[in-house]
Amino acid sequence: MFVLIVGAGRVGSAVAKSAMAAGHEVSVLDEDPLSHERLDQGQQESWEDMGGMFAVGTALETDALTAAGIERADMFIASTDGDNTNLTVAQIAQRRFGISRVVVRVMDPARANWYREQGLQTISPTEQAIEMFQAVLEEAG
Amino acid sequence: MYVIIVGAGKVGWNLARELIEKDNEVTLIEGDRGRYLVVEEELEHAAQYGDGTELWVLERAGIQRADLVIAVTGDDEDNMLVCQVAKEKYLCDRTIARVNNPRNLQHFKLLGIQPVVSATDLILRLIEHEVPRYGLVHLLALEEERLEIIELEVSEDSAAAGKSVAQVQLPDGSLIISVLRDGRGFVPNTETVIEAGDQVLLVLDPGLEESITPYFQPDGRGE
Repeated sequence: MFVLIVGAGRVGSAVAKSAMAAGHEVSVLDEDPLSHERLDQGQQESWEDMGGMFAVGTALETDALTAAGIERADMFIASTDGDNTNLTVAQIAQRRFGISRVVVRVMDPARANWYREQGLQTISPTEQAIEMFQAVLEEAG
Repeated sequence: MYVIIVGAGKVGWNLARELIEKDNEVTLIEGDRGRYLVVEEELEHAAQYGDGTELWVLERAGIQRADLVIAVTGDDEDNMLVCQVAKEKYLCDRTIARVNNPRNLQHFKLLGIQPVVSATDLILRLIEHEVPRYGLVHLLALEEERLEIIELEVSEDSAAAGKSVAQVQLPDGSLIISVLRDGRGFVPNTETVIEAGDQVLLVLDPGLEESITPYFQPDGRGE
């Protein structure tokens, strides 16, 4: 499977590395060239030597998405640090490029919920943190 | 009419003022605390602090009963999403989004947000005189038509002041489409004399602004 990940912060780069380890073809797009270092970190070989792709550009630029290989992506992951960028680019991937498997990180639980109802697969770390804290509280009685 | 404006930059603030003057109920939402405090001094309860892309902020502003939602932040993603939730979640039929980067226009269309169609008309009607002296306001880029609309104030000793439209002889690819004088707008003909203090709207081929402005600036460089 060809996986395109937009946003290589802590989350995006970790997901990229595990997707690579699982044998997928992985391409990463980030606006900061330095984020490439996160992909190399803790690895024996460089990201490219392992067969990874990395492109620099902003998510909303169609040229950047094309350079990152969006046209042949089977799965699209939006994990930049901006909810609004993620939600916009995820919808572009879904609607313009017809990618059926689109996963998007949305910090804001309310919008993660609403966009989930609209057919986007959203992951909300905030929501999950809330649930975990609540579980801890319950356990503590 | 109840109008929610997201983004209290120059455009948002002026729109709010103008709509309030015209007896509309307005809420202007601004996410930058410093900017909000500045705007709030003048607009008082009509200004609200918060991230206008968040649902609870929009709900606090009463988006369920809004007749019109205008998203004019400097961020295209924000503008798109505000209008998208306004339309699809809160069923507000009328939205206007500002497109900061014309290259993002395709994304607005993809999400079913059409600033070009409704904005041309409305924004031209809504923005009037809040223009800095000799300033140029880039009102709109009509991407598909490859045209731009700008607004300029005619300064007193400029090349254009006191001349008829025919005499001004602007470069090819530009046309004066409207003159705003004493708070009233009209469409000029070739005989119309441009006066100092007028605000003129021009439609241009892209990239012509720089050759057009001198005609309306004080030193008469357009001669």
